[in-house]
Amino acid sequence: MKALIKKDKLQHYLATLKFALYCITHPLDGFWDLTHEKRGSYAAANTILIITLIMRLVKLRYTSFIIQAVYWEEINMVLYMASVLFPLALFVIGNWALTTLFDGKGRLGQVYMATCYCFTPYPLLQLPLTIMSNFVTVDEAEFYSVISGLSLVWCAILIIAAMGQIHEYSAGKNILFMVASLFAMLVMVFILMLFFSMISQGIAYFISLGRELLFRL
Amino acid sequence: MNKLMKRIGALALSTVVWMGAAITTCAKDDNYTYNYDWWGDVQDSPDFYTVTGVYTSVELELDKKMNTPSGMCVKDNLVYVCDTGNNRILVFERNDKGELKLKREFDRFQGDVEVNTFSAPTDIAVSDEGDIYIADGGNARILKLDKNLNYQMQFIKPVENTITEETIFLPNKIDIDTTGRVYCVATGINKGIIKYEADGSFSGFVGANKVSFNWTDYIFKKFATQEQRDRMESFVPTEYDNIYMDYEGFIYACKGNQTQEALEEDGAAAVRRLNLLGNDILVQNGEWGVYGDLYMGEGGGYEGPSSFIDVTGLENDVYFCLDKKRGRIFSYDDQGNIMFVCGGGQSPMDGYFKSPIAIDHIGTDLLVLDMLDCSITTFTLTEFGSLVFKAMDQFDQGEYDASGATWEEVMKLNGNYDRAYIGIGRSLLRQEKYKEAMDYFELKYDAENYSKAFKQYRKQWVEEHIGLIVLVILALFLIPMGIGKVKAIKHEIDIADIFK
Repeated sequence: MKALIKKDKLQHYLATLKFALYCITHPLDGFWDLTHEKRGSYAAANTILIITLIMRLVKLRYTSFIIQAVYWEEINMVLYMASVLFPLALFVIGNWALTTLFDGKGRLGQVYMATCYCFTPYPLLQLPLTIMSNFVTVDEAEFYSVISGLSLVWCAILIIAAMGQIHEYSAGKNILFMVASLFAMLVMVFILMLFFSMISQGIAYFISLGRELLFRL
Repeated sequence: MNKLMKRIGALALSTVVWMGAAITTCAKDDNYTYNYDWWGDVQDSPDFYTVTGVYTSVELELDKKMNTPSGMCVKDNLVYVCDTGNNRILVFERNDKGELKLKREFDRFQGDVEVNTFSAPTDIAVSDEGDIYIADGGNARILKLDKNLNYQMQFIKPVENTITEETIFLPNKIDIDTTGRVYCVATGINKGIIKYEADGSFSGFVGANKVSFNWTDYIFKKFATQEQRDRMESFVPTEYDNIYMDYEGFIYACKGNQTQEALEEDGAAAVRRLNLLGNDILVQNGEWGVYGDLYMGEGGGYEGPSSFIDVTGLENDVYFCLDKKRGRIFSYDDQGNIMFVCGGGQSPMDGYFKSPIAIDHIGTDLLVLDMLDCSITTFTLTEFGSLVFKAMDQFDQGEYDASGATWEEVMKLNGNYDRAYIGIGRSLLRQEKYKEAMDYFELKYDAENYSKAFKQYRKQWVEEHIGLIVLVILALFLIPMGIGKVKAIKHEIDIADIFK
């Protein structure tokens, strides 16, 4: 019985993962079904996100120097990963916080899941591109940059389509709220910076207070 | 036990001392010579040129000390210096030992002209026949004297409708070509280099600087009041600081005192190589523009980009630019790749300059004139420098194997020298060793050459493995087709009537 459930779960996971391929080619249909028909899963979303992160590292390491020369001395792995995760977190929270006030039907988890599903074209296109980059000359590098740009554009279109579907927005409202989400991200960055600078000043105050005390005693 | 420890200690100490000695013989630790790598990082380098002598008025045995000398030119082994402050010309001869000795000095000439003396001469040029051309700024003329100092002719203020009558003609820097044409940079005339025919007639301007302005300034000016406008800098092209006629008849022209923005927008602005039509033909294929130091921020008491005051070019198309601001010499090859940087200011040591004003060369040896120090510093190639030049010459003459071997030696002296890796790679490329060449190019991020090598390597690989490639392609088509066929037959058998 236990084994059966496990097998069932695995099959569900694989099915939801495979559904990503349907989503990227049929975004409107796919992202509707993703939440409304429960054809997506958090496990699959996390998998896609992790694959995307790994792909970023693979791309960094194995792309030919003709296309991308890496100054290894200044690469920070954690920051490099954060360059994907941080905007993702900002977008998901910002988008949900806004849309939930304006009739958005998507929940926080659903926004996260859909956004992760939208990353699918990135590893799919970048892996063959990275391999290809090692077999091109400078003149042929144009192809690389075009396809590479295409993978990002594809992701962006998917995100826009996905948000429209899970919030059940019309096209115009959807675009409006995408732009609004970007502003929300900026506002959040601003508040975070403010927060950190206040905190650090607060801590510095207590440290200097402590020092003063130590001198006096 | 104690003894053993001591022995080990002594051994370690001697190793350190020995290693220290080895390091000092390889490269000085004072960072006199350096280079920029592909990333623009400073890479210390062994000296490319080394000082052979610093000649002040004392060493040159002058009765009257030099006073702000500002022009220098070299003809064969004679060095002509304009002693501007003393209104005289000094001629030094370089003897076989490489020392400079005073040969002659003069402050007047014979001939049928009003003024027979010089007034603040700033530059000098000498033709193959020995005729001497002097930019006699104070007297608003360029003089042509024969070798016995007899007056021949003079070049005066050009008659042109853009030059007003009030403009004082101040010839600053001059050079001549083989046919006796005179090129002159005059203070306050910014239409380009003034060109005179050999008969003294003005024949036009060469290589005018384009007017540069930025849009924000332009828009601001549209709305500014007259007073504000007057206070702002006007959009006028700036004049060149110096010119140098190279062995092929092209003019190197340099322009100092530039802003960082101007240099980074248009890398060609600091140095130009002008052809007869006045077009810039300087090759800038280097990773970095030909404008001196890449780091222009404040540091060491200096600020802003390098300011080129003079330039000189060798016959292997390597040229040297003299930076007035930091007292450095920048060397570039014919492709605009940086070869080395050396020198510095604010130090009384040999090879550092207070206010360098002119640079010239005898063979491959360099001479630098310092205006404040009133000295001439002579440089000669070190082993490292001469190996680099040798490798370049060998490559130009088609001795690719030998060139590769020489670059290997260069690399032994300086493992951080990008040109050496690329030189080895290029020689391997000519020897059709594409894979090895690719490795060298990849190490120094030379994408262009890497692509050249890779293209050949790829072609070679395809030619060698053509059978395999055809086989794989056939297999890709045939195997699925075969499987399909087998399946179809199986299906037919399954549904065939006879087996029912």
